[in-house]
Amino acid sequence: MRMPLSWLAEYTDLAPGVRGADVAASLVRVGLEEEDLHGGDITGPLVVGRVLSFELEPQKNGKTIRWCTVDVGRNGQMLAEGKHQEIVCGAHNFEVGDLVVCVLPGAVLPGGFEIAARKTYGHVSNGMICAEDEIGLGHDHEGIIVLSRLLGEEKAATLQPGDDAIALLGLGEETVETNVTPDRGYCFSVRGLAREYWHAQGSPEGGYRDPADVATPRHGAGGYAVELKDDSPIDGNEGCDRYVARIVRGIDPTRPSPAWMGKRLTQMGMRPISLAVDVTNYVMLAVGQPLHAFDVDTLSGSIVVRRARAGETLTTLDDVERTLSPEDLLITDGGEQALAIAGVMGGASSEVSDTTTDVLIEAAHFDPTTVARSSRRHRLITEASKRFERGVDPRVTAAAAQLAVDLLVEHGGGTVDDAVTDVDRTTDRTAYLLDVTEPARIVGVDYPRERVVGILRDLGCVVEESGEGTDETHVLVTPPSWRPDLVDAPDYAEEVARIDGYNNIPSITPTPSDGRGLTHGQKARRVVADALAGAGLTEVLSYPFVSEELADQLMLAADDDRRHAVRLANPLSEERPLLRTSILASLVDTLRRNVARGRKDVAIYELGLVFRPGGAVGTAPVPGVATRPDAETLEELYAAVPAQPRRAGMLATGQAEQAGWWGPGRAADWSDMVAAVQTVAAALAVPVVVANDPGHAPWHPGRCARISLADGTLVGHAGELHPKVVAALDLPARTVAAEFDVDVLVVASAEPVQARPFSTFPPAMTDIALLVASDVAAADVEAALRSGAGDWLESVVLFDVYEGERIESDHRSLAYRLTFRAPDRTLTTDEVNGFRDAAVASATSATGAVQR
Amino acid sequence: MSGPNTNYDPVEVSALDPANVDAAVQDAISAITAASSLDDLKAARIAHQGEKSPLALANREIGALPPSAKAEAGKRVGQARGRVGQALAARQAELEAERDERILVDERVDVTVPALRREPGSRHPIDLVAQRLVDAFVGMGWEVAEGPELESEWLNFDALNLGPDHPARQMQDTFFLDPVDSGLVLRTQTSPVQIRTMLEKEPPIYVVAPGKVFRTDDLDATHTPVFHQIECLAIDKGLTMAHLRGALDAFVRIMFGEETRTRVRANYFPFTEPSMETDFLCFACHGEETWGSAEPCRTCGGSGWIELGGSGMVNRKVLRTCGIDPDVYSGFAFGLGIERALQLRHGVQGMHDIVEGDVRFSQQFGMGV
Ligand SMILES: [Zn+2]
Repeated sequence: MRMPLSWLAEYTDLAPGVRGADVAASLVRVGLEEEDLHGGDITGPLVVGRVLSFELEPQKNGKTIRWCTVDVGRNGQMLAEGKHQEIVCGAHNFEVGDLVVCVLPGAVLPGGFEIAARKTYGHVSNGMICAEDEIGLGHDHEGIIVLSRLLGEEKAATLQPGDDAIALLGLGEETVETNVTPDRGYCFSVRGLAREYWHAQGSPEGGYRDPADVATPRHGAGGYAVELKDDSPIDGNEGCDRYVARIVRGIDPTRPSPAWMGKRLTQMGMRPISLAVDVTNYVMLAVGQPLHAFDVDTLSGSIVVRRARAGETLTTLDDVERTLSPEDLLITDGGEQALAIAGVMGGASSEVSDTTTDVLIEAAHFDPTTVARSSRRHRLITEASKRFERGVDPRVTAAAAQLAVDLLVEHGGGTVDDAVTDVDRTTDRTAYLLDVTEPARIVGVDYPRERVVGILRDLGCVVEESGEGTDETHVLVTPPSWRPDLVDAPDYAEEVARIDGYNNIPSITPTPSDGRGLTHGQKARRVVADALAGAGLTEVLSYPFVSEELADQLMLAADDDRRHAVRLANPLSEERPLLRTSILASLVDTLRRNVARGRKDVAIYELGLVFRPGGAVGTAPVPGVATRPDAETLEELYAAVPAQPRRAGMLATGQAEQAGWWGPGRAADWSDMVAAVQTVAAALAVPVVVANDPGHAPWHPGRCARISLADGTLVGHAGELHPKVVAALDLPARTVAAEFDVDVLVVASAEPVQARPFSTFPPAMTDIALLVASDVAAADVEAALRSGAGDWLESVVLFDVYEGERIESDHRSLAYRLTFRAPDRTLTTDEVNGFRDAAVASATSATGAVQR
Repeated sequence: MSGPNTNYDPVEVSALDPANVDAAVQDAISAITAASSLDDLKAARIAHQGEKSPLALANREIGALPPSAKAEAGKRVGQARGRVGQALAARQAELEAERDERILVDERVDVTVPALRREPGSRHPIDLVAQRLVDAFVGMGWEVAEGPELESEWLNFDALNLGPDHPARQMQDTFFLDPVDSGLVLRTQTSPVQIRTMLEKEPPIYVVAPGKVFRTDDLDATHTPVFHQIECLAIDKGLTMAHLRGALDAFVRIMFGEETRTRVRANYFPFTEPSMETDFLCFACHGEETWGSAEPCRTCGGSGWIELGGSGMVNRKVLRTCGIDPDVYSGFAFGLGIERALQLRHGVQGMHDIVEGDVRFSQQFGMGV
């Protein structure tokens, strides 16, 4: 909401020399955030000029320019040469003798546009004759400003060439723009903002002049017939509880809006249109009441306010035919023809036109919910709907109509009908019994009773200190009609705090007494993140939005759970409407981006949630909010939210170890990924088992490790990506990847580690070489060795793997070092040999291994 | 050595002559001193201390002397041999020290050649900033609460006093799930975690909730559709806005230093009543107003203050929705965007680097900030 300082000054006292920034700062103090400052951004010379003569000069491009000589008074920069100012002008809407607005070299126009003498159309133009839009006055660029038309003959007659046009047109004036929060609908008016400014000055006696404080006639017979017929109110609130209709007849449709009004509308960011429309807008900006002007000649019956019928349509002012909903509230002609969507937008048929002489001014009070829903349904956010959905003062209705009527009569020359329609079904607000110590309890500042009462009275509340329930700590408070947001003690506490000053609130550090620190899961997740970074991977973040093609690109099987993805109804990009079901699904983008930026060696990871609805998404209940939902509903609510397991994904390409003075580098391979998962598991002291997994997308079927807990619970997969996946996703060849379920590791690490005793006697080591078929997994051989080796086996290390000419084809030789240690003595060679033989026998029977 | 000399030839006893003994010692010491290497010294040892050395020979002569002469000769030769032995030991130590010194010189390498064969990994600073704030609050006795990113509309909006017709609900650009009547959204704020906490836990509640949130904004210098918030919620008996301010002050000091000052003003948030907006003194310009000057402060834009984020006393309606009696308990909540905190604290320009996953960004921060 904007507010020029001169308008503010009409309703409050402004100290001399107050600047826009000061006003903005005052408003910030009472909780109205500054949005912007406008105006004050033209620096002279911008002056009144009289066109002395011009020559028409046709140009090659078909245009005809006017080569003008303009008297710009004492500002004439060519006076030294004995000439008046010579200016090229493309417009044709002026005559010799007209007073115009000239900007001269040295001036700066809005947007930092610097004016200099410049050569154009074969002349040196010493400035410019201005159109409205060029000086931030309006949006008009049809022609240049002719001051007798803009300001009227009378005013123009008082002007001299050379007069300062910045002051004349109010262009030096600053306009403050504030951000109005949804609870302060009344601040969508200069009336409301001025009131807040006055509060920020300490609400000095007599310092606020309410523009709505005008005498209004009562409802009487003979006024235009209005019927309020809402047969299906929303939440029991009637769609319209007040409707004022006033008629002004005999307006001269050719009369323009007065210049000052056009100027103000322009300053407010609105476009002047016609007197009738401008008046409704002006009054709305002044007092916050949206008004609508109907052309009386287009109306045939009484005005009936009712809900729309199914299938009913209305072509609104923006020339869009809209199909109405039975929830839309309509203004209708005789109950039939729809004229407007109440509080949102009028219809084209009853619009005032350039021939309208008789105007019906509607000032009504509509239900916020009704307007909000219609506005949303039709995607129509208008100046009216913004105000109604935030709450319009139901007591300003008649005054707003009166102000509009007065302006129409004054500037349009019409006469107002004596008979007035004011259907008023509004009810008085009931008083709230306020405990005056409550603001202190909520805010933490010890406000005395007089302070609380004083502030509330300044705000416009009626505070009764006697009456039902009042005592030394209780008063009856009735909020002003423009403050529907003031309902209970916290609302009043906020008002007291903000007017007294939020900065009077002290700072007391709260002292919770029973914090238990991070949960195991929270700690474990940090361990995972740190372990992966410690293993040389870099943590990144990726957006979880993925394409529909991705599941195929990842070669997910038809029945893979990861194909059940959640779909967004309004994705940012239609290309990526789904939410990821794995981390890798979005992490591949990040890898590709790093590679595209010229990086060859990349090892990245991300920890985050994935979305696994496991099927169609259900429907979450929407319980009421008056009380806590029952246990069953809450259960249903939680259950409707799809599963979102926390997972970690990793990708690597390029060198895992760099080449250097030590020798060649080492490319990242499948084993780096397996090792990273093992590193994480070890960091959480969780034993894991690795197995070959030939069938898990998106991995290479021969280079994929399934990693599980000792009990078989799946942790994740690691290895090299399938070459087709690599190709489909345009990743570097041999990209390696891992993904695992963090939650599984968190649960597995939850129990405290139980320490095993260890022996201090010397270890005994023995090496064996086993010949096994190539398709036997090393992990299986190791498991068999372990199971056969007896209780004193301390470790099994596979220290060499050989495949080649020296052994049978399709076989491998696995060389293991077994270390044994007894808890109570040094083992003898015979004992160790016995354990070794038992281990080998176990491996032989389990895997067909033969000792070499 | 000193066995009876059967082949004793009295003519030869000159070996025991004091002058000759001294000469032998002098010869030995000269040779020892002259030894420039451990090998030279070894040769000198053999020549002057070995079995065939003059002093060894002299020693052997002693046995042949008459008993009256033995003592004196023995003492003379013994002292002589002692001097030679000491000289040898001293020179040995010197030469060994020189050798050790030389080995260290010989083994010198240029340690400035690259040592890292593998690039170190790093954490993403968004997590690190959140961790820093979380740790400080946990240190003050708060706990950490979390919730899903895909959330029910009721928890994300309705329960937070953002009913279907609330104007503020329209201000948040929400990602809705398909079908839209599923009642599910990508959470637009971390506040549903507060509702879940209040529904599940009896007061007193002191929780901090960091997490990812989503809005339908395109990525630009100041917006990203996926970003992070951290919110604090306290519900207890007797909490006031003064406690809120205290918690906010703690928050700001953790992020921007002990000296950071705050100012507060009224604002509106549906979740809270009364509500409060907090600004803190710009750490770059220390609050100097540079509006409209040639070079306004780039951190605060020239106002001297930086907006921290919204806060307030938890709306009574919200407490009731969560089954908490507002006549017994009161509470406050506040939150801020972690991206913004990261940008301010670490001078990150724009949003792109934070979200694009270029490893060079994370790598600047190591494992902790
Ligand atoms: Zn600054």
